[in-house]
Amino acid sequence: MAAGLPGTAPVAAGLAIETRGLSKHFGRQAAVDRVDLAVPHGTVFGFLGPNGSGKTTTIRMLLGLAAASAGTVTLLGEEMPRKLHDVLPRVGALVEGPAFYPFLSGAANLHRLDSASPHTVPASRKARVQQALERVGLEHAAGKRVHAYSLGMKQRLGIANALLSPRDLLVLDEPTNGLDPQGTREVRNLVRSLAQQGTTVFVSSHLLAEVDQMCTHAAVMSAGKLVAQGPLAQLRQSGSTRLRLVTPDGGAARQVLAGLGLAPGRGVDGGLGAEPAPGTAGVSVRQETLRAQPDGETIVAALGPGDGQTAVLPEEVVARLVQAGVRVRGFAVERESLEDRFVALTGEGFDVAQ
Amino acid sequence: MPSSVPAERPATAKASPPRSRGLSLLVSELRVLFGRRRTWALLLALAAIPVLIAVAVKVSSAVPPGRGPAFLDRITQNGLFVAFTAILVSVPLFMPLAVGVVAGDTIAGEANLGTLRYLLVAPAGRVRLLLVKYAGALAFCIAAPLAVGLAGAAIGAALFPVGPVTLLSGGVVQPGEAVLRIVLIAAYLAVSLAGLSAIGLFLSTMTVVPVGAMAATVVVSVVSQVLDQLPQLEWLHPWLFSHYWLGFGDMLRQPVVWDSFLDNALLQAGYVAVFGALAYGRFVTKDILS
Repeated sequence: MAAGLPGTAPVAAGLAIETRGLSKHFGRQAAVDRVDLAVPHGTVFGFLGPNGSGKTTTIRMLLGLAAASAGTVTLLGEEMPRKLHDVLPRVGALVEGPAFYPFLSGAANLHRLDSASPHTVPASRKARVQQALERVGLEHAAGKRVHAYSLGMKQRLGIANALLSPRDLLVLDEPTNGLDPQGTREVRNLVRSLAQQGTTVFVSSHLLAEVDQMCTHAAVMSAGKLVAQGPLAQLRQSGSTRLRLVTPDGGAARQVLAGLGLAPGRGVDGGLGAEPAPGTAGVSVRQETLRAQPDGETIVAALGPGDGQTAVLPEEVVARLVQAGVRVRGFAVERESLEDRFVALTGEGFDVAQ
Repeated sequence: MPSSVPAERPATAKASPPRSRGLSLLVSELRVLFGRRRTWALLLALAAIPVLIAVAVKVSSAVPPGRGPAFLDRITQNGLFVAFTAILVSVPLFMPLAVGVVAGDTIAGEANLGTLRYLLVAPAGRVRLLLVKYAGALAFCIAAPLAVGLAGAAIGAALFPVGPVTLLSGGVVQPGEAVLRIVLIAAYLAVSLAGLSAIGLFLSTMTVVPVGAMAATVVVSVVSQVLDQLPQLEWLHPWLFSHYWLGFGDMLRQPVVWDSFLDNALLQAGYVAVFGALAYGRFVTKDILS
């Protein structure tokens, strides 16, 4: 994908998307409240937030579909919505799910949407539609009416629509919604390959794993407000890391840890009531293995903020433990997962943000 | 999604010299409108009116003169009168109904499907989209009376003798010219329905429920015709968009009297301007949340 055209990758300068004080009020309720987004060029930017947190409303304002109550939007260096006609031809979008004419075939739908822009070249339309369909693996269903498409096929067609012309920026709202695992993987690969070509990809999602795997940067929305944004690594690091030690020599181990200045957390006896590591599914499986191998105590201790500048390195801890004759049967460094971070930022529970 | 697709540099999006002249969307709109089963169902329903009339006259005994709609008693002598009768019958309700469906669907239909947001981010341009949508509705206004008139002439010619037609002014024209007059009437009606289409377009920008806009458009056309019947509101009559709808009889004089055609055209142009402006004002500032 990255083959050819050496040295032509756009220089990552400036911001692909920049909003300042962007707000949207519906009546007295602020759906989006003073959001300052900064999406650098060439990044894959995850836009996270629970349902109803204002993601889609923000995207609608970015694309000029809805007017902002306050604040400004700059897209690819141009002011929106004043320069809408100059900017949008360079932007591919999937907004709040795919939408098509059910009585037209997939290819006919793409023809229709491509002809909607006066900036596209009619001569290459057929080839571009064909190419876009191939890119999302729909070439065999091209002649079928969208009415007969499954949700996943419609989603693919929606992505194909965003890829009809070469784009500098892709705005994808929940791109993997309704896709099977293969489809999800393909979308991930597609996004990566597009990013390699220099396209900035702005992906909104409520699926953390997806953002975790695809994105280089992320922002988190909660109840209309932007609560965090930055490189993904930085977002993760602002959480803490901890070590998890399994040993039959609990007492000695605690002494060593205390000697290193690490406060040992509550140890769990016999592994019976072992607390599951955050982010791991299959709690019962874990407990069973622990039961089958009575290796002793599990001790958890905070290693401090995971910014790589911790005073005590994990290997040092192990060396000290071994020196002190502690039988180390299990040792792990656990970083707070993105999910922990997300829940910490947006709150827990099923309540849709009001 | 094979990744062997040749790399397309995003930067090329900036330079694309041979652009379309923006007519692609109009062509696409007409193709979608007239490729759609619903449009054909409407046109077929309209074309069924003359067929019903012709068959009814054929199977029943002769119509006594002066009963039923105008021209009805002449059908048995000259099949071309099926067209005139059918047009006369369909103007008050069937024609506005069909136009209401198409005009009411213009923007609300796209909003309902969700395709409106994709057309706008393409970007189609709101003004351009509105113009194209209105042009599509006008194309239907041309097709609808033609469907009635030509289907009427065809079924009339098939079931009854065809001969020279005596016009309202007493003159006589040959069948060929009579068909031309039918086309002229269709043109008159196309102009007549332009105002209603503009109203439908405006109503269509107000909602995301196409059926609502359709029904409202039809109701407006009925109300206008009812008001036109009340003698107490005579001062209002020349301003009602339906006022000249039945004035197409002037196309059946020798020579053709153009007065009502021009008055009608002027009135319709006024409605198009007013409701076009309202639709523009509404649509250009509207938040697309569907």
